[in-house]
Amino acid sequence: MLEDMTSVTALWGAVILSGIYHGINPGMGWPLAVSAALMERRHKALPRALAMLAAGHFVAMIAILLPFSLMIFLVRWSVEIRIGAGLLVIAMGIYLLINRRHPKILARVHPARLALWSFLAAMAHGAGLMLVPIFLGICAVPPEDAGHVAAGTLMSGNVGTAFAVAAAHTLAMTLSGGLIAAAVHAWLGLKFISKTWLNLDLVWAISLIAVGAFGVFSAYSGH
Amino acid sequence: MNLRPDPTFHASPKLAMQAPVENYAFTVMLSPDGSQSDGIAVIDLKSDSKTYGQIVHQVIVPNTGDEFHHFGWNACSSSLSPLSGHAFLERRYLIVPGIRSSRIYVIDVKEPLKAHIHKTIEPEELFAKTGYSRPHTIHCGPEGIYVSCLGGGGKDGTDGPPGIFIMDCETFEIIGRYEMDRGKQDKHYDFWWNLPQDYMVSSEWGLPPQFENGIVPEDLLSNKYGHSIHFWDLRARKNVQTIDFGENYQMALEIRPAHDPTKSYGFCGVVVDTTNLQGAIFTWWRGEDGTWQAKKTITIDPRPEDPANLPPLLQGFGAVPPLVTDIDLSLDDKYLYVACWGLGEMHQYDVSDPMNPVLAGKVELGGIARGTKHPNGKGFAYGPQMVEISRDGKRVYWTNSLYSTWDDQFYPDDEGGQMVMADVGENGGLTLNKDFYIDFPKGLRSHQIRLEGGDCSTDSFCYPSV
Repeated sequence: MLEDMTSVTALWGAVILSGIYHGINPGMGWPLAVSAALMERRHKALPRALAMLAAGHFVAMIAILLPFSLMIFLVRWSVEIRIGAGLLVIAMGIYLLINRRHPKILARVHPARLALWSFLAAMAHGAGLMLVPIFLGICAVPPEDAGHVAAGTLMSGNVGTAFAVAAAHTLAMTLSGGLIAAAVHAWLGLKFISKTWLNLDLVWAISLIAVGAFGVFSAYSGH
Repeated sequence: MNLRPDPTFHASPKLAMQAPVENYAFTVMLSPDGSQSDGIAVIDLKSDSKTYGQIVHQVIVPNTGDEFHHFGWNACSSSLSPLSGHAFLERRYLIVPGIRSSRIYVIDVKEPLKAHIHKTIEPEELFAKTGYSRPHTIHCGPEGIYVSCLGGGGKDGTDGPPGIFIMDCETFEIIGRYEMDRGKQDKHYDFWWNLPQDYMVSSEWGLPPQFENGIVPEDLLSNKYGHSIHFWDLRARKNVQTIDFGENYQMALEIRPAHDPTKSYGFCGVVVDTTNLQGAIFTWWRGEDGTWQAKKTITIDPRPEDPANLPPLLQGFGAVPPLVTDIDLSLDDKYLYVACWGLGEMHQYDVSDPMNPVLAGKVELGGIARGTKHPNGKGFAYGPQMVEISRDGKRVYWTNSLYSTWDDQFYPDDEGGQMVMADVGENGGLTLNKDFYIDFPKGLRSHQIRLEGGDCSTDSFCYPSV
């Protein structure tokens, strides 16, 4: 029981950490909040832009997590689903590793439609997929209890968990990205953007593979 | 792909101005009669170098008859917007189109002294994929590299309207046409945009039969060259408004939007007003109601001249028209440089108030029936033409050829390619630099200049100067 608690805590930690990871990555949008505040010459534009980016990201997380939370009622196949999900995330990582091109569709989005852009950027980069193995880990029911819980209860619980995971992740992302955006806007200056932007494409793809592998492994080992 | 953004990408125009100064210039060399191959001259601009102000390398292409004209970078400061998704591109390749052959060369200038051709796109591929011909202006933008074309399909480029096509900024594959709804646009020349505000402005020279074999005086006098500019919803690819300057404002060429993306105005140069031979600059801006407006804010008068001193084309007028053939705006949006190719003058206007430009400096060099010499005593063929400003705004470079066949009509006795530089005073003013004078190899003329690391007519910025 205690062991379960710690692993669940660790998984929630991973949800928060992945949020921070997405948040500090300029490619996920915080420089757009700086630009918005400067373009409109108003501080208020910064939180508004961040809120739009957050909304898009949150919807992208939910869009990926929700189908998995609904699938979990197939308790009998939960291990298979978790392995399948892990393999899917690994596949996305490998795809991004091989295809290093940026999706052109993102450039067609109007610059003011930050929520839409954020949604598409998260989808295109598999940001939601990165959460799936962690999410399934949190939802995992110890095998001996599986028979006693009604599928309906389990499903509604998992839907709630999906929203909680997406919300916690997006909150962490928005706070970390927002902190940097505010600091750049107020003190650090625009030079910070080009000076600190690191090409995370490779790291990102490897992260997906690692998270996917973790998903497959934890499904096998029963956590 | 780099691990960090290219150091020549700058978030704002102000940061670009503070960046290290240019070390090299890349200048077009063209053979006016197609007897030699065209090329790109690499010019040393390091003031402490032994070869300062000299051509230190040449990229000569294998074909003849391309006629190089304008060219541009594969990537610029606009890559620093997360919206572009191209933060890690290198500013490394020059996209150099042949305006006569429709062939496009991609030249790798990562090491300027070893610059070489990276890829060639044959005209047939351009025709097949876009239906356009005579590629001209290059800008790196959303989705890739945008290229305006002066001709449509067919042998003389009049089969269908000309327009813009998009090229992949990594593979240099031609993707296809840009326009979804071109509205009234049926001619083309230049274009530029404001990326965060999501608008584009394009201009009109004329159709290929109106320029390839020389200016057509009957067309000019009957006002058949372009005289409108078009405003586009950039990402929707839709012409939302066309402003007709008036049919007497013949040849609306260079589009220079303010570099600061918070501003919604810019300039367009008009070669000649056929009612009085004046040159004109229009300021265009977005009004309170969101629609676009334009107003003539600069006029430059012709100079009366004894017809005996004039080329046959101008003898009937007894005057030298200014012929505003290029304009360029400094990165701080303060000075607009106006090349008066006919008069033989480079003007500097203070456009701090874009509605009320004030002449701040002027240099005389070359010119029809005047031929002012350079301060070093050497001649300057034709007049000041393609102008480029250093990022810090302190040096202004220009060359002298307009377009092969047009040079010969307006300056039948001149020949040669030159590039010069003028220093900008602390509070404006323009003085030719005695020590900077490049004579191009015999038989070659010069046209557009690009500065290493970007200049005032290449980079688009996505963050305001603060």
